[in-house]
Amino acid sequence: MLKGVTIGQFFPGDSLIHRLDPRTKLLATIALIAIVFVSQGFAGFLLIAAFVLACCASTGIHLKFLFRGLKPILFIVLFTFALNLFFQSGTTVLLQLGPVKITAEGLRMASFMAVRLILLVVSSQLLTLTTSPIALTDGLESLFRPLEVVKFPAHEIAMMMSIALRFIPTLMDEADKIMKAQKARGADFETGNLLQRAKAMVPLLVPLFVGAFRRAEELALAMDARCYRGGAGRTRMHQLRFKGIDALAALAVLALLAAVIALNAFHVW
Amino acid sequence: MSNPIIEAHNVCFQYEDAAAPAVKDVSLTVEAGEFVAILGRNGSGKSTFAKLLNALLLPTGGTLRVNGLEARTEDDCYEVRRSCGMVFQNPDNQIVATIVEEDCAFGLENLGTPPEEIRRRVDEALLDVGMAEQAGASPSMLSGGQKQRVAVAGVLAMRPRIIVFDESTAMLDPVGRRDVFELARRLNREEGITIVWITHFMEEAALADRLLVMDRGRVALAGAPREVFAQVDRIMKLGLDVPEMMKLAARLRRAGVKLPEGIMTVDEMAVELCRLK
Repeated sequence: MLKGVTIGQFFPGDSLIHRLDPRTKLLATIALIAIVFVSQGFAGFLLIAAFVLACCASTGIHLKFLFRGLKPILFIVLFTFALNLFFQSGTTVLLQLGPVKITAEGLRMASFMAVRLILLVVSSQLLTLTTSPIALTDGLESLFRPLEVVKFPAHEIAMMMSIALRFIPTLMDEADKIMKAQKARGADFETGNLLQRAKAMVPLLVPLFVGAFRRAEELALAMDARCYRGGAGRTRMHQLRFKGIDALAALAVLALLAAVIALNAFHVW
Repeated sequence: MSNPIIEAHNVCFQYEDAAAPAVKDVSLTVEAGEFVAILGRNGSGKSTFAKLLNALLLPTGGTLRVNGLEARTEDDCYEVRRSCGMVFQNPDNQIVATIVEEDCAFGLENLGTPPEEIRRRVDEALLDVGMAEQAGASPSMLSGGQKQRVAVAGVLAMRPRIIVFDESTAMLDPVGRRDVFELARRLNREEGITIVWITHFMEEAALADRLLVMDRGRVALAGAPREVFAQVDRIMKLGLDVPEMMKLAARLRRAGVKLPEGIMTVDEMAVELCRLK
Protein backbone atom coordinates (compact mmCIF):
# COMPACT_ATOMS: atom_id res chain seq x y z
CA MET A 1 0.00 0.00 0.00
CA LEU A 2 2.84 2.36 0.80
CA LYS A 3 5.02 1.15 -2.05
CA GLY A 4 5.65 3.42 -4.96
CA VAL A 5 5.18 6.64 -3.06
CA THR A 6 7.68 9.04 -4.57
CA ILE A 7 9.31 11.74 -2.53
CA GLY A 8 9.01 15.10 -4.17
CA GLN A 9 8.64 15.01 -7.90
CA PHE A 10 12.20 15.35 -9.10
CA PHE A 11 12.91 14.06 -12.60
CA PRO A 12 16.62 13.32 -12.99
CA GLY A 13 18.06 14.72 -16.19
CA ASP A 14 20.99 16.51 -17.73
CA SER A 15 19.37 19.52 -19.38
CA LEU A 16 20.62 23.09 -19.02
CA ILE A 17 18.03 23.79 -16.36
CA HIS A 18 18.95 20.63 -14.48
CA ARG A 19 22.55 21.77 -14.40
CA LEU A 20 21.81 25.24 -13.06
CA ASP A 21 23.00 25.98 -9.56
CA PRO A 22 20.10 25.32 -7.14
CA ARG A 23 20.51 28.83 -5.77
CA THR A 24 19.96 30.24 -9.24
CA LYS A 25 16.85 28.17 -9.64
CA LEU A 26 15.51 29.20 -6.24
CA LEU A 27 16.10 32.88 -6.90
CA ALA A 28 14.78 32.62 -10.46
CA THR A 29 11.61 30.97 -9.16
CA ILE A 30 11.09 33.78 -6.67
CA ALA A 31 11.69 36.28 -9.46
CA LEU A 32 9.25 34.44 -11.71
CA ILE A 33 6.59 34.59 -9.02
CA ALA A 34 7.21 38.30 -8.63
CA ILE A 35 6.92 38.77 -12.40
CA VAL A 36 3.56 37.00 -12.37
CA PHE A 37 2.39 39.60 -9.86
CA VAL A 38 3.91 42.46 -11.83
CA SER A 39 2.03 41.58 -15.00
CA GLN A 40 -1.12 43.65 -15.45
CA GLY A 41 -2.54 42.04 -18.56
CA PHE A 42 -3.03 38.85 -20.47
CA ALA A 43 -0.25 39.62 -22.92
CA GLY A 44 2.21 39.51 -20.01
CA PHE A 45 0.73 36.23 -18.84
CA LEU A 46 1.03 34.81 -22.31
CA LEU A 47 4.69 35.76 -22.38
CA ILE A 48 5.32 34.19 -18.94
CA ALA A 49 3.47 31.04 -19.92
CA ALA A 50 5.51 30.79 -23.11
CA PHE A 51 8.69 31.21 -21.07
CA VAL A 52 7.75 28.50 -18.56
CA LEU A 53 6.58 26.09 -21.25
CA ALA A 54 9.75 26.64 -23.25
CA CYS A 55 11.84 25.98 -20.11
CA CYS A 56 9.90 22.81 -19.41
CA ALA A 57 10.22 21.63 -23.01
CA SER A 58 13.98 22.14 -22.87
CA THR A 59 14.27 19.81 -19.89
CA GLY A 60 12.64 16.90 -21.69
CA ILE A 61 10.06 16.52 -18.93
CA HIS A 62 6.56 15.91 -20.25
CA LEU A 63 4.40 19.03 -20.03
CA LYS A 64 1.65 17.17 -18.19
CA PHE A 65 3.84 17.05 -15.08
CA LEU A 66 3.84 20.85 -14.98
CA PHE A 67 0.09 20.80 -14.58
CA ARG A 68 -0.07 17.90 -12.17
CA GLY A 69 0.57 20.29 -9.29
CA LEU A 70 -2.63 22.09 -10.17
CA LYS A 71 -4.91 19.31 -9.00
CA PRO A 72 -4.90 20.22 -5.29
CA ILE A 73 -5.57 23.89 -6.00
CA LEU A 74 -8.16 23.35 -8.71
CA PHE A 75 -10.92 24.08 -6.23
CA ILE A 76 -9.33 27.35 -5.17
CA VAL A 77 -8.93 28.39 -8.80
CA LEU A 78 -12.59 27.65 -9.56
CA PHE A 79 -13.76 29.32 -6.37
CA THR A 80 -11.76 32.49 -7.09
CA PHE A 81 -13.03 32.48 -10.64
CA ALA A 82 -16.67 32.21 -9.56
CA LEU A 83 -16.28 34.81 -6.82
CA ASN A 84 -14.80 37.36 -9.20
CA LEU A 85 -17.23 36.50 -11.94
CA PHE A 86 -20.34 37.17 -9.88
CA PHE A 87 -19.27 39.88 -7.49
CA GLN A 88 -17.00 42.12 -9.53
CA SER A 89 -18.92 45.29 -10.23
CA GLY A 90 -18.93 46.57 -13.78
CA THR A 91 -20.92 48.46 -16.33
CA THR A 92 -21.01 46.25 -19.39
CA VAL A 93 -23.55 43.58 -18.56
CA LEU A 94 -23.12 40.41 -20.55
CA LEU A 95 -25.74 38.24 -18.91
CA GLN A 96 -28.40 38.85 -16.30
CA LEU A 97 -30.43 36.24 -14.44
CA GLY A 98 -32.56 37.89 -11.78
CA PRO A 99 -30.24 39.51 -9.25
CA VAL A 100 -27.18 37.73 -10.64
CA LYS A 101 -25.36 39.50 -13.44
CA ILE A 102 -22.15 38.85 -15.22
CA THR A 103 -20.24 41.86 -16.45
CA ALA A 104 -17.39 42.08 -18.93
CA GLU A 105 -15.19 43.54 -16.20
CA GLY A 106 -16.12 40.64 -13.95
CA LEU A 107 -15.26 38.11 -16.60
CA ARG A 108 -11.91 39.79 -17.25
CA MET A 109 -11.05 39.99 -13.56
CA ALA A 110 -12.09 36.39 -12.95
CA SER A 111 -10.00 35.05 -15.82
CA PHE A 112 -7.10 37.29 -14.79
CA MET A 113 -7.04 35.92 -11.23
CA ALA A 114 -7.44 32.32 -12.36
CA VAL A 115 -4.61 32.57 -14.86
CA ARG A 116 -2.41 34.27 -12.28
CA LEU A 117 -2.97 31.45 -9.78
CA ILE A 118 -2.29 28.79 -12.38
CA LEU A 119 0.89 30.51 -13.51
CA LEU A 120 2.12 30.82 -9.91
CA VAL A 121 1.81 27.09 -9.33
CA VAL A 122 3.14 26.04 -12.70
CA SER A 123 6.25 28.20 -12.49
CA SER A 124 7.19 26.96 -9.04
CA GLN A 125 6.57 23.44 -10.30
CA LEU A 126 9.50 23.86 -12.67
CA LEU A 127 11.84 24.20 -9.69
CA THR A 128 10.82 20.99 -7.95
CA LEU A 129 10.73 19.01 -11.18
CA THR A 130 14.31 19.81 -12.11
CA THR A 131 16.03 20.08 -8.71
CA SER A 132 16.72 17.11 -6.45
CA PRO A 133 15.61 17.60 -2.84
CA ILE A 134 19.25 17.42 -1.75
CA ALA A 135 20.33 20.13 -4.16
CA LEU A 136 17.37 22.19 -2.97
CA THR A 137 18.47 21.75 0.63
CA ASP A 138 22.05 22.72 -0.21
CA GLY A 139 20.80 25.75 -2.10
CA LEU A 140 18.58 26.88 0.78
CA GLU A 141 21.41 26.42 3.28
CA SER A 142 23.75 28.48 1.15
CA LEU A 143 21.18 31.23 0.58
CA PHE A 144 20.31 31.49 4.27
CA ARG A 145 23.95 31.34 5.39
CA PRO A 146 24.29 35.12 5.68
CA LEU A 147 21.42 35.10 8.18
CA GLU A 148 23.54 33.10 10.62
CA VAL A 149 24.93 36.41 11.85
CA VAL A 150 21.53 37.05 13.36
CA LYS A 151 21.51 33.50 14.81
CA PHE A 152 19.29 32.02 12.13
CA PRO A 153 20.08 28.26 12.25
CA ALA A 154 20.59 27.79 8.48
CA HIS A 155 22.90 24.79 8.78
CA GLU A 156 20.75 23.06 11.37
CA ILE A 157 17.58 23.48 9.33
CA ALA A 158 19.28 22.16 6.19
CA MET A 159 20.70 19.21 8.16
CA MET A 160 17.26 18.41 9.56
CA MET A 161 15.74 18.56 6.10
CA SER A 162 18.32 16.24 4.60
CA ILE A 163 18.06 13.74 7.46
CA ALA A 164 14.29 13.78 7.07
CA LEU A 165 14.71 13.05 3.37
CA ARG A 166 17.17 10.28 4.16
CA PHE A 167 14.78 8.56 6.56
CA ILE A 168 11.53 8.84 4.63
CA PRO A 169 12.16 5.60 2.65
CA THR A 170 13.39 3.83 5.80
CA LEU A 171 10.33 4.79 7.84
CA MET A 172 8.10 3.95 4.89
CA ASP A 173 9.52 0.43 4.83
CA GLU A 174 9.07 0.16 8.55
CA ALA A 175 5.45 1.31 8.39
CA ASP A 176 4.83 -1.27 5.70
CA LYS A 177 6.36 -4.01 7.86
CA ILE A 178 4.38 -3.01 10.95
CA MET A 179 1.21 -2.86 8.90
CA LYS A 180 1.76 -6.37 7.61
CA ALA A 181 2.55 -7.61 11.10
CA GLN A 182 -0.67 -6.05 12.45
CA LYS A 183 -2.68 -7.42 9.54
CA ALA A 184 -1.30 -10.88 10.21
CA ARG A 185 -2.73 -10.51 13.70
CA GLY A 186 -6.13 -9.56 12.36
CA ALA A 187 -5.93 -5.78 12.25
CA ASP A 188 -8.25 -4.15 9.73
CA PHE A 189 -7.06 -0.95 8.09
CA GLU A 190 -9.42 -0.82 5.14
CA THR A 191 -13.04 -1.06 6.24
CA GLY A 192 -15.23 1.10 8.44
CA ASN A 193 -15.91 4.81 8.43
CA LEU A 194 -13.31 7.52 8.66
CA LEU A 195 -13.21 7.48 12.45
CA GLN A 196 -12.83 3.72 12.64
CA ARG A 197 -10.05 3.77 10.11
CA ALA A 198 -8.28 6.56 11.94
CA LYS A 199 -8.52 4.49 15.12
CA ALA A 200 -7.09 1.49 13.33
CA MET A 201 -4.00 3.56 12.55
CA VAL A 202 -3.10 3.95 16.24
CA PRO A 203 -1.47 0.51 16.57
CA LEU A 204 0.52 1.40 13.46
CA LEU A 205 1.64 4.84 14.58
CA VAL A 206 2.73 3.96 18.10
CA PRO A 207 5.43 1.44 17.13
CA LEU A 208 6.44 3.65 14.22
CA PHE A 209 7.06 6.58 16.54
CA VAL A 210 8.88 4.49 19.11
CA GLY A 211 11.06 3.12 16.32
CA ALA A 212 11.74 6.60 14.96
CA PHE A 213 12.92 7.83 18.34
CA ARG A 214 15.22 4.84 18.72
CA ARG A 215 16.64 5.51 15.27
CA ALA A 216 17.14 9.17 16.05
CA GLU A 217 19.13 8.28 19.13
CA GLU A 218 21.36 5.84 17.28
CA LEU A 219 21.85 8.26 14.42
CA ALA A 220 22.89 11.00 16.83
CA LEU A 221 25.48 8.65 18.30
CA ALA A 222 26.77 7.71 14.85
CA MET A 223 27.04 11.40 13.95
CA ASP A 224 28.94 12.08 17.17
CA ALA A 225 31.28 9.19 16.39
CA ARG A 226 32.09 10.87 13.11
CA CYS A 227 33.02 14.13 14.80
CA TYR A 228 29.85 16.07 14.00
CA ARG A 229 29.76 19.33 15.96
CA GLY A 230 27.32 21.57 14.13
CA GLY A 231 27.84 23.87 11.20
CA ALA A 232 30.83 25.86 12.47
CA GLY A 233 34.11 24.96 10.78
CA ARG A 234 32.41 22.48 8.49
CA THR A 235 33.35 22.17 4.83
CA ARG A 236 31.42 20.53 2.01
CA MET A 237 32.62 18.09 -0.61
CA HIS A 238 30.30 19.55 -3.25
CA GLN A 239 30.85 23.27 -3.45
CA LEU A 240 28.07 25.24 -5.09
CA ARG A 241 29.51 27.35 -7.86
CA PHE A 242 27.84 29.84 -10.18
CA LYS A 243 28.73 29.12 -13.79
CA GLY A 244 28.15 30.75 -17.15
CA ILE A 245 24.73 29.17 -17.57
CA ASP A 246 23.64 30.71 -14.25
CA ALA A 247 24.37 34.20 -15.59
CA LEU A 248 22.50 33.24 -18.74
CA ALA A 249 19.47 32.13 -16.72
CA ALA A 250 19.55 35.35 -14.72
CA LEU A 251 19.64 37.35 -17.94
CA ALA A 252 16.69 35.40 -19.35
CA VAL A 253 14.60 36.08 -16.26
CA LEU A 254 15.57 39.77 -16.30
CA ALA A 255 14.63 39.98 -19.96
CA LEU A 256 11.25 38.47 -19.14
CA LEU A 257 10.76 41.02 -16.36
CA ALA A 258 11.66 43.88 -18.72
CA ALA A 259 9.28 42.59 -21.37
CA VAL A 260 6.42 42.28 -18.90
CA ILE A 261 7.01 45.81 -17.57
CA ALA A 262 7.07 47.12 -21.13
CA LEU A 263 3.76 45.40 -21.89
CA ASN A 264 2.31 46.97 -18.74
CA ALA A 265 3.54 50.42 -19.72
CA PHE A 266 1.93 50.24 -23.14
CA HIS A 267 -1.29 48.91 -21.63
CA VAL A 268 -1.31 46.07 -24.06
CA TRP A 269 -4.50 44.07 -23.53
CA MET B 1 58.46 -5.13 19.87
CA SER B 2 55.63 -3.53 21.68
CA ASN B 3 53.64 -0.72 20.19
CA PRO B 4 50.44 -0.38 22.19
CA ILE B 5 47.68 1.63 20.52
CA ILE B 6 44.99 1.08 23.16
CA GLU B 7 46.00 1.08 26.82
CA ALA B 8 43.33 0.64 29.47
CA HIS B 9 44.19 0.72 33.16
CA ASN B 10 41.41 -0.16 35.57
CA VAL B 11 38.83 1.50 33.35
CA CYS B 12 35.41 1.79 34.94
CA PHE B 13 32.21 3.20 33.62
CA GLN B 14 28.87 3.59 35.32
CA TYR B 15 25.82 5.02 33.62
CA GLU B 16 23.99 7.66 35.60
CA ASP B 17 21.06 6.15 37.48
CA ALA B 18 22.50 2.63 37.05
CA ALA B 19 22.92 0.43 40.11
CA ALA B 20 26.12 -1.28 39.00
CA PRO B 21 28.94 -0.16 36.71
CA ALA B 22 28.68 -1.36 33.11
CA VAL B 23 32.46 -1.66 32.82
CA LYS B 24 34.51 -2.63 35.85
CA ASP B 25 38.30 -2.44 36.26
CA VAL B 26 39.15 -3.33 32.71
CA SER B 27 42.89 -3.37 32.09
CA LEU B 28 44.21 -4.38 28.71
CA THR B 29 46.49 -3.32 25.90
CA VAL B 30 45.98 -3.72 22.21
CA GLU B 31 49.03 -3.64 19.96
CA ALA B 32 48.97 -1.59 16.77
CA GLY B 33 47.95 -3.80 13.88
CA GLU B 34 46.22 -6.41 16.04
CA PHE B 35 42.84 -7.95 15.28
CA VAL B 36 41.12 -8.32 18.63
CA ALA B 37 37.69 -9.87 19.05
CA ILE B 38 35.51 -9.18 22.07
CA LEU B 39 32.83 -11.70 22.95
CA GLY B 40 30.19 -11.46 25.59
CA ARG B 41 26.49 -11.93 25.98
CA ASN B 42 24.02 -9.04 26.10
CA GLY B 43 24.73 -6.66 28.94
CA SER B 44 28.31 -7.85 29.43
CA GLY B 45 29.59 -4.32 28.86
CA LYS B 46 31.17 -4.90 25.49
CA SER B 47 29.25 -2.17 23.67
CA THR B 48 29.89 0.26 26.51
CA PHE B 49 33.59 -0.53 26.24
CA ALA B 50 33.41 0.18 22.49
CA LYS B 51 31.89 3.59 23.17
CA LEU B 52 34.66 4.32 25.66
CA LEU B 53 37.26 3.57 22.98
CA ASN B 54 35.60 6.08 20.67
CA ALA B 55 35.25 8.72 23.41
CA LEU B 56 31.48 8.67 22.98
CA LEU B 57 31.55 7.88 26.68
CA LEU B 58 34.29 8.94 29.05
CA PRO B 59 35.55 6.58 31.78
CA THR B 60 34.27 7.31 35.26
CA GLY B 61 37.41 5.71 36.67
CA GLY B 62 40.84 4.57 35.53
CA THR B 63 42.72 5.75 32.48
CA LEU B 64 42.20 4.93 28.83
CA ARG B 65 44.69 5.99 26.18
CA VAL B 66 43.71 5.54 22.55
CA ASN B 67 46.41 6.21 19.97
CA GLY B 68 48.49 7.75 22.75
CA LEU B 69 45.78 10.20 23.68
CA GLU B 70 43.59 10.40 26.74
CA ALA B 71 40.28 12.10 25.99
CA ARG B 72 40.22 14.90 28.53
CA THR B 73 39.21 18.01 26.59
CA GLU B 74 36.60 18.29 23.89
CA ASP B 75 39.25 18.67 21.18
CA ASP B 76 40.94 15.47 22.39
CA CYS B 77 37.61 13.70 22.07
CA TYR B 78 37.33 14.66 18.42
CA GLU B 79 40.90 13.55 17.76
CA VAL B 80 40.19 10.20 19.45
CA ARG B 81 37.03 9.81 17.38
CA ARG B 82 38.96 10.52 14.20
CA SER B 83 41.76 8.08 14.95
CA CYS B 84 39.41 5.41 16.29
CA GLY B 85 36.48 5.01 13.92
CA MET B 86 33.35 3.11 14.79
CA VAL B 87 30.93 1.00 12.77
CA PHE B 88 27.64 0.34 14.53
CA GLN B 89 25.19 -2.52 14.47
CA ASN B 90 22.22 -1.14 12.58
CA PRO B 91 23.21 -0.26 9.01
CA ASP B 92 20.18 2.00 8.56
CA ASN B 93 20.76 4.15 11.59
CA GLN B 94 24.31 5.26 10.91
CA ILE B 95 24.00 6.59 7.38
CA VAL B 96 23.38 10.31 7.49
CA ALA B 97 23.21 11.46 3.87
CA THR B 98 20.86 10.63 1.01
CA ILE B 99 23.69 9.73 -1.38
CA VAL B 100 26.43 7.16 -0.79
CA GLU B 101 29.38 9.44 -1.53
CA GLU B 102 27.87 12.30 0.48
CA ASP B 103 27.63 10.01 3.47
CA CYS B 104 31.19 8.90 2.98
CA ALA B 105 32.23 12.57 3.02
CA PHE B 106 30.30 13.38 6.21
CA GLY B 107 33.15 12.79 8.67
CA LEU B 108 35.68 14.72 6.62
CA GLU B 109 33.25 17.59 6.20
CA ASN B 110 32.89 17.72 9.96
CA LEU B 111 36.66 17.91 10.32
CA GLY B 112 36.78 20.89 7.97
CA THR B 113 38.87 19.15 5.32
CA PRO B 114 39.29 21.11 2.05
CA PRO B 115 36.79 20.01 -0.67
CA GLU B 116 39.36 18.64 -3.15
CA GLU B 117 40.95 16.55 -0.41
CA ILE B 118 37.52 15.21 0.62
CA ARG B 119 36.76 14.27 -2.98
CA ARG B 120 40.06 12.37 -3.30
CA ARG B 121 39.76 10.50 -0.02
CA VAL B 122 36.09 9.63 -0.56
CA ASP B 123 36.87 8.14 -3.98
CA GLU B 124 39.75 6.17 -2.48
CA ALA B 125 37.68 4.89 0.42
CA LEU B 126 34.75 3.83 -1.76
CA LEU B 127 37.12 2.02 -4.10
CA ASP B 128 38.76 0.36 -1.12
CA VAL B 129 35.49 -1.13 0.17
CA GLY B 130 34.26 -1.99 -3.34
CA MET B 131 31.40 0.52 -3.43
CA ALA B 132 32.78 2.92 -6.05
CA GLU B 133 30.11 1.94 -8.56
CA GLN B 134 27.33 2.86 -6.14
CA ALA B 135 28.83 6.26 -5.29
CA GLY B 136 25.82 8.13 -6.64
CA ALA B 137 23.18 5.72 -5.37
CA SER B 138 20.70 6.27 -2.58
CA PRO B 139 21.55 4.24 0.56
CA SER B 140 17.97 2.98 0.72
CA MET B 141 18.59 1.01 -2.48
CA LEU B 142 21.52 -0.93 -0.96
CA SER B 143 21.58 -4.26 0.86
CA GLY B 144 22.53 -4.40 4.52
CA GLY B 145 26.05 -5.60 3.76
CA GLN B 146 26.53 -2.82 1.23
CA LYS B 147 25.31 -0.24 3.74
CA GLN B 148 27.84 -1.48 6.26
CA ARG B 149 30.58 -1.21 3.64
CA VAL B 150 29.53 2.40 3.04
CA ALA B 151 29.75 2.98 6.78
CA VAL B 152 33.26 1.49 6.76
CA ALA B 153 34.18 3.77 3.83
CA GLY B 154 32.95 6.78 5.79
CA VAL B 155 35.23 5.81 8.65
CA LEU B 156 38.16 4.93 6.37
CA ALA B 157 38.04 8.32 4.66
CA MET B 158 38.99 9.84 8.02
CA ARG B 159 42.19 7.75 7.98
CA PRO B 160 41.75 6.09 11.36
CA ARG B 161 44.37 3.86 13.00
CA ILE B 162 41.73 1.77 14.76
CA ILE B 163 38.26 0.71 13.68
CA VAL B 164 35.83 -0.64 16.25
CA PHE B 165 33.06 -2.83 14.83
CA ASP B 166 30.27 -2.97 17.38
CA GLU B 167 28.32 -6.09 16.33
CA SER B 168 28.35 -4.74 12.80
CA THR B 169 27.39 -8.08 11.28
CA ALA B 170 24.59 -8.94 13.70
CA MET B 171 21.80 -7.68 11.44
CA LEU B 172 23.20 -8.95 8.14
CA ASP B 173 22.46 -12.00 6.03
CA PRO B 174 25.25 -14.61 5.78
CA VAL B 175 26.64 -13.14 2.55
CA GLY B 176 26.74 -9.59 3.90
CA ARG B 177 28.23 -10.87 7.14
CA ARG B 178 31.09 -12.60 5.37
CA ASP B 179 31.69 -9.56 3.14
CA VAL B 180 32.01 -7.15 6.04
CA PHE B 181 34.11 -9.51 8.10
CA GLU B 182 36.47 -10.18 5.18
CA LEU B 183 36.70 -6.44 4.58
CA ALA B 184 37.77 -5.87 8.18
CA ARG B 185 40.34 -8.66 7.92
CA ARG B 186 41.75 -7.24 4.72
CA LEU B 187 42.01 -3.71 6.16
CA ASN B 188 43.83 -5.25 9.09
CA ARG B 189 46.22 -7.29 7.00
CA GLU B 190 46.90 -4.94 4.13
CA GLU B 191 46.59 -1.50 5.66
CA GLY B 192 47.67 -2.35 9.17
CA ILE B 193 44.55 -0.88 10.75
CA THR B 194 43.94 -2.17 14.25
CA ILE B 195 40.55 -3.85 14.46
CA VAL B 196 38.42 -4.31 17.57
CA TRP B 197 35.73 -6.74 16.50
CA ILE B 198 32.80 -7.02 18.91
CA THR B 199 30.55 -9.92 18.09
CA HIS B 200 28.57 -12.85 19.33
CA PHE B 201 29.45 -15.08 16.41
CA MET B 202 31.99 -17.66 17.53
CA GLU B 203 33.18 -18.38 13.99
CA GLU B 204 34.25 -14.75 13.59
CA ALA B 205 35.87 -14.56 17.00
CA ALA B 206 37.82 -17.74 16.28
CA LEU B 207 39.65 -16.02 13.43
CA ALA B 208 40.94 -13.08 15.50
CA ASP B 209 44.54 -12.70 16.70
CA ARG B 210 43.34 -12.41 20.24
CA LEU B 211 40.04 -12.95 21.98
CA LEU B 212 38.63 -11.24 25.04
CA VAL B 213 35.53 -12.55 26.73
CA MET B 214 33.63 -10.00 28.78
CA ASP B 215 31.22 -10.84 31.54
CA ARG B 216 29.40 -8.43 33.81
CA GLY B 217 31.70 -5.55 32.92
CA ARG B 218 34.96 -7.44 33.41
CA VAL B 219 37.34 -9.22 31.12
CA ALA B 220 36.67 -12.82 32.13
CA LEU B 221 38.97 -14.60 29.69
CA ALA B 222 41.70 -13.42 27.36
CA GLY B 223 44.13 -15.05 25.01
CA ALA B 224 44.48 -16.62 21.60
CA PRO B 225 41.09 -17.93 20.39
CA ARG B 226 42.33 -21.54 20.55
CA GLU B 227 43.36 -21.20 24.18
CA VAL B 228 40.18 -19.39 25.16
CA PHE B 229 37.83 -21.77 23.39
CA ALA B 230 39.69 -24.74 24.88
CA GLN B 231 38.08 -23.80 28.20
CA VAL B 232 34.75 -25.09 26.97
CA ASP B 233 33.15 -25.37 30.41
CA ARG B 234 34.04 -21.87 31.52
CA ILE B 235 32.79 -20.39 28.27
CA MET B 236 29.50 -22.24 28.57
CA LYS B 237 29.20 -21.01 32.13
CA LEU B 238 29.52 -17.43 30.88
CA GLY B 239 26.44 -18.03 28.76
CA LEU B 240 28.37 -18.26 25.52
CA ASP B 241 28.80 -20.92 22.93
CA VAL B 242 32.01 -22.33 21.51
CA PRO B 243 32.54 -23.37 17.88
CA GLU B 244 30.78 -26.68 17.14
CA MET B 245 34.01 -28.56 16.50
CA MET B 246 35.41 -27.56 19.88
CA LYS B 247 32.31 -28.93 21.54
CA LEU B 248 32.62 -32.13 19.55
CA ALA B 249 36.31 -32.44 20.43
CA ALA B 250 35.55 -31.96 24.12
CA ARG B 251 32.88 -34.68 24.02
CA LEU B 252 35.12 -37.08 22.13
CA ARG B 253 37.91 -36.47 24.61
CA ARG B 254 35.55 -37.19 27.49
CA ALA B 255 34.61 -40.41 25.72
CA GLY B 256 38.24 -41.42 25.65
CA VAL B 257 39.29 -40.39 22.15
CA LYS B 258 42.75 -38.85 22.27
CA LEU B 259 42.49 -35.54 20.44
CA PRO B 260 44.91 -32.60 20.72
CA GLU B 261 43.72 -29.22 22.04
CA GLY B 262 42.69 -26.38 19.82
CA ILE B 263 40.59 -27.95 17.09
CA MET B 264 38.25 -25.26 15.79
CA THR B 265 37.24 -25.98 12.22
CA VAL B 266 35.71 -28.95 10.40
CA ASP B 267 38.88 -29.36 8.33
CA GLU B 268 41.12 -29.51 11.38
CA MET B 269 38.79 -32.04 12.97
CA ALA B 270 38.85 -34.19 9.84
CA VAL B 271 42.65 -34.16 9.75
CA GLU B 272 42.95 -35.08 13.42
CA LEU B 273 40.35 -37.85 13.17
CA CYS B 274 42.18 -39.38 10.20
CA ARG B 275 45.39 -39.41 12.20
CA LEU B 276 43.81 -41.65 14.85
CA LYS B 277 44.70 -45.26 14.68
